[in-house]
Amino acid sequence: MKDFIEGIVAPIDRDNIDTDQIIPTEYLKSIKKFGYEDYLFDGWRYKDQGRLGMKKGERKINHEFILNNSPYDESKVLLTRDNFGCGSSREHAVWALRDFGIEVVLASSFGDIFYNNCFKNGVLPLKLKKTEIEKLFSLSTDSPVSISVNIKDKVILFKDKLSIDFDLDNNLAERIIYGLDEIDITLKDSELIKKFEEHRKENNPWIFE
Amino acid sequence: MGYTIYDKLWNEHLIRSYDDGDSLIYIDRHFLHEVTSPQAFEGLKKKSLKPWRINANIATPDHNVPTTRDNKFSIESIEDNISKLQVVELDKNCNDFGIKQFNINSNNQGIVHVIGPELGLTLPGMSIVCGDSHTSTHGAFGCLAMGIGTSEVEHVLATQSLKVRKLKNMRINFEGSIQEGVSSKDIILYLIRTIGTAGGTGYAVEFAGSYIRNISMEARMTICNMSIEAGAKVGLVSVDDKTIEYVKKHSNLEANLINDAIKKWKNLTTDKEAMFDKEIDIDVSKINPQVSWGTSPEMVIDFNEKIPSSSIFSAEKRKSLDLAKNYMGLSDNQELSDLDFDKVFIGSCTNSRIEDLREAAEVLKGQKVSENIQEAIVVPGSGMVKEQAEKEGIHKIFIDAGFQWRAPGCSMCLGMNPDQLSPYERCASTSNRNFEGRQGNLGRTHLMSPKMAALTAINGRIVKEI
Repeated sequence: MKDFIEGIVAPIDRDNIDTDQIIPTEYLKSIKKFGYEDYLFDGWRYKDQGRLGMKKGERKINHEFILNNSPYDESKVLLTRDNFGCGSSREHAVWALRDFGIEVVLASSFGDIFYNNCFKNGVLPLKLKKTEIEKLFSLSTDSPVSISVNIKDKVILFKDKLSIDFDLDNNLAERIIYGLDEIDITLKDSELIKKFEEHRKENNPWIFE
Repeated sequence: MGYTIYDKLWNEHLIRSYDDGDSLIYIDRHFLHEVTSPQAFEGLKKKSLKPWRINANIATPDHNVPTTRDNKFSIESIEDNISKLQVVELDKNCNDFGIKQFNINSNNQGIVHVIGPELGLTLPGMSIVCGDSHTSTHGAFGCLAMGIGTSEVEHVLATQSLKVRKLKNMRINFEGSIQEGVSSKDIILYLIRTIGTAGGTGYAVEFAGSYIRNISMEARMTICNMSIEAGAKVGLVSVDDKTIEYVKKHSNLEANLINDAIKKWKNLTTDKEAMFDKEIDIDVSKINPQVSWGTSPEMVIDFNEKIPSSSIFSAEKRKSLDLAKNYMGLSDNQELSDLDFDKVFIGSCTNSRIEDLREAAEVLKGQKVSENIQEAIVVPGSGMVKEQAEKEGIHKIFIDAGFQWRAPGCSMCLGMNPDQLSPYERCASTSNRNFEGRQGNLGRTHLMSPKMAALTAINGRIVKEI
């Protein structure tokens, strides 16, 4: 059960961060679901060109990039701006965030497909108001801060300096808290799907050719 | 009260709604390729599950395949071992589960969004998903088509359904006639420039208006294809005679069946009284050829405009613009026509159909690619497109001009195969994304139409006049 997340905020002050930036195409060649931690933000994190299979230790590190510096290398919360995760449907983008240790992404909006993919992998994308995002940037830009995200009470806290209530549908919150397997849940409706399918076949036989 | 085409498609596929606002919809067609499927198949195997309805699924390798291959090529010939493994894995999974695959040697292999419609596998009224954001392409046929993640690929394989939330309705009315030299690519780039890359987020977008009614199915596909670049995972066009004519030509269905189907398909239009959550009117007669200058598909200008000065934008926007200019090696108020290009790529699921190749070939007839261009490649979207082009002699025009005539695949749109940009190379590309590193590490992409790409190939630069 995961209903409370506390961790360092890594601010990345850019809008429209697309999934090609979160993880470049090269690493989509993996057939595994895990092991993407060293490739997160690859183009910004390193000064050389990587290949799938290369480890962080073999790369030329860009020390100016926030996630390469302590304590941000252990951040659990990513703070960014508009339209985070736009672009390709690659779930590898979420896997890379997850494998790096990012559990929460705060942004003013998200790409639709990326947003859905997050909930399948225990990464919580939270849409906040632009003014709240701005406030978080001003709090976290100069020196590292650790915030807490209470998923049950739907509130973000930082000491006595900040309290932000967020909106999140209960079913989405539950997916993060309990990590439910959606296939198992849907298969409980097997009979319903079968009936629907038979009916559809009767009325639209060309689809089933 | 009336319904939009999206509402109709939604109601037609709705299995059930949940209390929390989510719904379960039935999936008619599932396309698969080698990049986003291996983890889904692995998940099925772990759970000892089988695909719910085998013949709903169609697979083809497209992202990793080398485009320099010939008839003697086999999977084993792929030099990059990691790419090879992914193609081998698709082959193995399709064999293990009995899924129909157009493999690397099949005449019907091609970019999944190009082969679907041309093989009659995309039919009006279908719900179509694929682990690929450009699945919106199939919306051109009045389909409920959208890109999904790998977990959802597994869910669709296992349950023939998808858990989704209903989107809001948006309609873009494109009215008027386009100017000479302007194509559907320019129209969609102009739209993205206008509403931004998040403009369509949360919406199913219907493309309508006299312009849409007048253009071919290929052009409609180009527009629906890039609805995701405007943030909308679903892009749609209402069914009309052109849709039905195309499907009749490409389908293998028996005459009786197709006649029954046509009666249904004719209802797949938005009702006159239907209400949209948002409507935008665009006069296409004023649109010039569009070229992207930056690292987001909304960073687009007219071909004869200057790079915008950052100073007129808000502080937040200015930062993105400056980062983009820095990456692209550009400065404020620079003329697009001042830039020297290194490569030209004509292809991708956006612009690799026969009509796109004809458009480029018309410009290239009797012309030569500029000496400054190091490589110009044209990659047909499918075996069928390649064959048709060769029948028409279009390939000769490309080859005579100095283009390389390649085999089908996604190719340099995202460079998973060897077709890539080297650092700082500038490319005129008919693809859909100009993100940093998209076509190769530190590569610089300028998105444009096939015609503009061909003109850039000849001149080595973006032309000032057309």
